[in-house]
Amino acid sequence: MSVPVATEVAPANTSDIVAKISWKLPITYVIGTLVTLFTALRADGLAIYKFTLSRADRFQIPNWSVDATMLCWILTAVMAAVSVWSIYRALARKPVGVISAVMATASVVAALLTWQGGGSTGSITLTATLAAALALSTPLIFGSLSGVVAERSGVVNIAIEGQLLTGAFAGVVVASASGSVWFGLLAAPFAGALLGALLALFAVRYNVDHIIVGVVLNTFALGLTTFFFSTILSENPKLNSSSLHLTNLKIPLLGDIPIIGPVLFNQTVLTYFMYAVIIILTIYLFRSRWGLRLRACGEHPHAADTVGINVRRIRFSSTLLSGALAGLGGAYFTIGASIGHSFNNNISAGNGFIALAAMILGKWHPLGALGAAVMFGFAKALAILMPSLNMGAPSNLINMIPYLVTIFAVAGFVGRSRPPASENVPYVKA
Amino acid sequence: MSEKKQAAPSTASFGQWMKAAVFVGLRSSWLVYVLAFVVSLMVGAILIAISGASIAEAYLAMFRGAVFNYNANNLAGMLKPLTTSIYAGAPLIIGGLGLALGFRAGLFNIGGQGQLICGAIAAAYIGFAFDLPVGLHLFACLVGAMFAGGFYGWIVGILKAKTGANEVILTIMLNSVAALGLNYLLTQSTFQRPGSSNPQSEIIAKSAQMPALLPPPFQLDVGFIVAILVAVFVWWFLERSTWGFELRAVGANPNAARTAGMSIAFVTAMTMALSGGLMGLAGGVQITSTMKYLTGDVAGSIGFDAITVALLGRNRPMGTFFAGLLFGGFKAGGRIMQAQADVPIDMVLVLQSVIVLLIAAPPFVRWIFRLPKPANTTIRDYITLQANKEVAA
Repeated sequence: MSVPVATEVAPANTSDIVAKISWKLPITYVIGTLVTLFTALRADGLAIYKFTLSRADRFQIPNWSVDATMLCWILTAVMAAVSVWSIYRALARKPVGVISAVMATASVVAALLTWQGGGSTGSITLTATLAAALALSTPLIFGSLSGVVAERSGVVNIAIEGQLLTGAFAGVVVASASGSVWFGLLAAPFAGALLGALLALFAVRYNVDHIIVGVVLNTFALGLTTFFFSTILSENPKLNSSSLHLTNLKIPLLGDIPIIGPVLFNQTVLTYFMYAVIIILTIYLFRSRWGLRLRACGEHPHAADTVGINVRRIRFSSTLLSGALAGLGGAYFTIGASIGHSFNNNISAGNGFIALAAMILGKWHPLGALGAAVMFGFAKALAILMPSLNMGAPSNLINMIPYLVTIFAVAGFVGRSRPPASENVPYVKA
Repeated sequence: MSEKKQAAPSTASFGQWMKAAVFVGLRSSWLVYVLAFVVSLMVGAILIAISGASIAEAYLAMFRGAVFNYNANNLAGMLKPLTTSIYAGAPLIIGGLGLALGFRAGLFNIGGQGQLICGAIAAAYIGFAFDLPVGLHLFACLVGAMFAGGFYGWIVGILKAKTGANEVILTIMLNSVAALGLNYLLTQSTFQRPGSSNPQSEIIAKSAQMPALLPPPFQLDVGFIVAILVAVFVWWFLERSTWGFELRAVGANPNAARTAGMSIAFVTAMTMALSGGLMGLAGGVQITSTMKYLTGDVAGSIGFDAITVALLGRNRPMGTFFAGLLFGGFKAGGRIMQAQADVPIDMVLVLQSVIVLLIAAPPFVRWIFRLPKPANTTIRDYITLQANKEVAA
């Protein structure tokens, strides 16, 4: 008797459920097509692409002169194809895919560069721009990874800016005082971790709002470093020397790959260490006991406590690690790059805040944070390149683009980014 | 209980009164404020010592610059520092009040810098591009600044309300956008001063400048009156108006507020617009009172200082007002300290951050000084309690 009833209330066939068509990406790509079309209509003259970074590169690629109008039309065609593809996929209610996104971004950027470079005496130094992008994004990557570690454990680290600053300061001062760049490289994460310890003391131990502590610690770090800069360092310029810095180490074979090689694999130890941190964090945050416990403290500390995890200790230690990472990133401003810089007032110049945005844009994932940080770095590098192609290029407005992209992104255009559930929620044992 | 309270004090001796005062004093929240101030001065003293200057000399110079200049040879010169502190405090008070409004609704508006820049741009443009009668011109500048800042804040509010985007990140991004936009505008012919290659605007018309409150040796101007009016308005708004009540309700418990029929989206957008509007007004005051023209660093660090002002004032109108005055004093005093005692003004940043950090964590301060747990007893309560104990014994 009951058997036929059961068949009657069987769930509806899954193919009957129709998903809503998402028009966000097709609209974005159509706008991109219009931008490339605009450049194709306006471009004229020859655009010179330069691929070789220096004479030391093994493969010397000759400069590539191309008719700007023609290249822009080709890129417009590519964009149009991507748009049609995305509309087709959207109508089929299927994801559009990563490859088309990469193609679209590359086409729009290349079209803008070709338009600006067409008929200009300056050449589009592609490889140099990529190298500059990596250099500009290194502190951002360290900063955003630092944010990922802290926030996954439930501590909001707005003090990244201050940690970058103290890292930059401690790095150059200790290196100059000891005469060894390696001591400086140890001191930078130590200084960042000290600031992280202060954050943990107030935010984890005394349950003060994490954002308040972070904002105040930024002021504290700025005040302290500026004060020492204009007292001790100005009296002893030897303590703030730009001559001590890391040197580039070329990785054999990998460093010889055209274009990518000199950009990625002819870098300082700090950059290689960054690659390692990215890989280790990506694996260990999601595939290890340590990572599971850390994330449990950020998502549901009560549950974590119930199974015997010491929530406060984990939050404390991950805040220290977060501070150390940001401090190490700060060292890149002074001693970590192959060109040394002496410390200057507010040398981090808001990079910590951009790192924070990169982390959110990357959805609290190391790889996402990496992508967003590189995007910011690349935009900065473009803003440096543009004036050399076209004197009138508004570099301020070009610099604005990544910030606007972030605003659109966090406003839900690229899908909702969800923070760890118990972020900035103090854990008080019941 | 209440009858005993009435009876007890009359029988208490002076010694009992003193004991009661100590007992209550050690447990009051005021002591934490005082100790936070003392600790910050001690941290500052360490910094001064490291820099090689004399601690007493530096702090005395700060006092001369912020409160009372006992070295001056006439009364006006002696009193001038206090008025300079108030003058420097006006934009901080207005900005701090704006941010405090947001904090009360649970919105962490870090975008003060951007909203202030928008207000400054609007005020400067109205100031140099239009020719209006005295009084009306200044008024137009300030109103324009308020609307510009308010609009910039409203963008954040509406995005948060509609999409749930994090306001901290939105405001940080908009800070950078505003700063870059300002730098862009200053290279455009509409804004750049004719005949100058520097990125600065024309000086605003005389009719748009803040009139002075006191004769020449003093800098104090109507900006301070504006700050007082804003403080009164914010107090009225928060404590006496319906919107202010909704704002506080949403800040205290959004779920309860929603259940009670309040629109969280409306309150969020309205609060951010108001908060941004006051930040914009601070920018307007900065232009019409302090700077008189637009430059790339017109905002200085006011947007961030205002956060610490609001935090120190515990987001209450009165508290924020006095916190603004204190920071104004630090600013004015710090300048004299830098000039006369050769201690960089950046030390003030350290003082400010230590104070705010400690005030945010009273248990930490109590732990440092081994103070007893806080209690809400009054001196009368204590004496009554003791009297009762004696009776019981």
